[in-house]
Amino acid sequence: MLILALDTATPAVTAGIVRLSGPAAADVTASDVTEPVAEQVAARVTVDPRAHGELLTPHVLDAVADAGITLADVGAVVVGTGPGPYTGLRAGLVTGAALAHSLGVPAYPVCTLDAIAAGPEGAALVVTDARRREVYWATYDAAGARTGGPHVGPRDEVPEPVGRLADHEQPTPVGIVRAAALDVLAGREPGPLTPLYLRRPHAAEPATRKRVTA
Amino acid sequence: MAKIIMGIESSCDETGVGLVAAHDDGTVELLADEVASSVEQHARFGGVVPEIASRAHLEAMVPTTHRAFDAAGLSMSDVDAVAVTAGPGLAGALLVGVSAAKAYAAALDVPLYGVNHLAGHIAVDTLQHGPLPTPCLALLVSGGHTQLLRVDDIAGAITEIGSTVDDAAGEAYDKVARLLDLPYPGGPPIDKAARDGDPQAIAFPRGMTGPRDAKFDFSFSGLKTAVARWVEGAQGRGEEVPVADVAASFQEAVADVLTAKAVRAATEAGVGTLVVSGGVAANSRLSTLARERCAEAGIELRIPRPRLCTDNGAMIAALGAHVAAAGHKPSSLDLSANPGLPVDTVLV
Repeated sequence: MLILALDTATPAVTAGIVRLSGPAAADVTASDVTEPVAEQVAARVTVDPRAHGELLTPHVLDAVADAGITLADVGAVVVGTGPGPYTGLRAGLVTGAALAHSLGVPAYPVCTLDAIAAGPEGAALVVTDARRREVYWATYDAAGARTGGPHVGPRDEVPEPVGRLADHEQPTPVGIVRAAALDVLAGREPGPLTPLYLRRPHAAEPATRKRVTA
Repeated sequence: MAKIIMGIESSCDETGVGLVAAHDDGTVELLADEVASSVEQHARFGGVVPEIASRAHLEAMVPTTHRAFDAAGLSMSDVDAVAVTAGPGLAGALLVGVSAAKAYAAALDVPLYGVNHLAGHIAVDTLQHGPLPTPCLALLVSGGHTQLLRVDDIAGAITEIGSTVDDAAGEAYDKVARLLDLPYPGGPPIDKAARDGDPQAIAFPRGMTGPRDAKFDFSFSGLKTAVARWVEGAQGRGEEVPVADVAASFQEAVADVLTAKAVRAATEAGVGTLVVSGGVAANSRLSTLARERCAEAGIELRIPRPRLCTDNGAMIAALGAHVAAAGHKPSSLDLSANPGLPVDTVLV
């Protein structure tokens, strides 16, 4: 199955086409012998934290063209839901949701930190930039399962890495698809494409009105 | 054959998706107009909080689109073009609509038109009253905008004649409502309170109407302060504030200046049609006074029904239909939202 992978939670604007194969039975679990296989067919990535809204759809069309397919050949969309500090995070989510809606295919959310971790084998600590002198982070065990996070906080609150340290990396299309592979292959109902904001909006209720007369 | 245009609006706190049919004879027909508003989430802050609005747009975008297609009885494959508000508006809010519109246009393989929100407020009138006679004048009054515009071509030639130098008219309503302990947004409750009041009870100032003031610009900040002074004075004397009279007199001052300047601009330009649109156009005193003064001056007045005056996707679809019919080149898919898009840029 051809999957469209999107992520806009890091400074990178990421779109890729990934071929996903593996057992499709609904009862597949992570411990099954036959692991899903995700291979990159095409990818377009630009590192520019201010260009998510501008470049994502052009990147999707370019990746589709590079893959020699059309959007109608895409069987599912997988989108990184952050956490990410950029207003552009929403560009990825709404693009994924609207593409899936008009193509009539499911759109699966994945935590962007899971997508970064879903690469090499082994335990990992994933850290990304949260701006405001803070970072997002999550920890993963040797089997790739998330054991802590995603959290947001100052760098000195982040634990010492056990295994691989992925520090300010961006997810690859293959990592994005791997993080959702079992759900996609099993044809499970996707969860909502809700961003992992981790922070509340900055807003203050107005104080008592100032008098204009003394 | 009619062309189906989808319009997406997300410049402030309303997520709007509209569908229109652009007919060969130049008329544009409304097929669906679905809006999801986050206004209630902003109420306790006394104004729109951009991050809250952006979050709400993301949640509402696809469900609102679903509702629009259901309401029109159309499927997505019927769409011939997608139009979207490219600006002006809140950056994070615009980004959601623009990103969605690009994705829909790309997936459906149809042209994308990134258009001006302000021009949309004028174009929406064609859904109700038919093609616009040009040239015409438009008075655009809302929570974010107060402008007097000359329209020579709705699809490309719009020029600003005047605008507010400080607060938008709707903003003044919100601030005065707060002063009178009325809810947010302030337009409807002030309009309601004013019904029982005397518009001549208090002589509030008419901003920017002095001989040396810019003829067609507006100012509402001084009026807001004058109302605050008056209310504080009454409170200081231990008097009960006559909310109805204050509301009616404030509203009279706003409607008086808006309509006087609009009618004068139309008369001086020799233009026979005035369109009044934007959220504040739903105000009863503004429409009554505009009707009286236009009738006296022999000017045709067009005010879209309240539902079309507030932000919605149908207005963007209507503008998209006019821009497409004029044969303008569609926008590029690397289009950026422009929070400060000038009013004379109808298509980006």
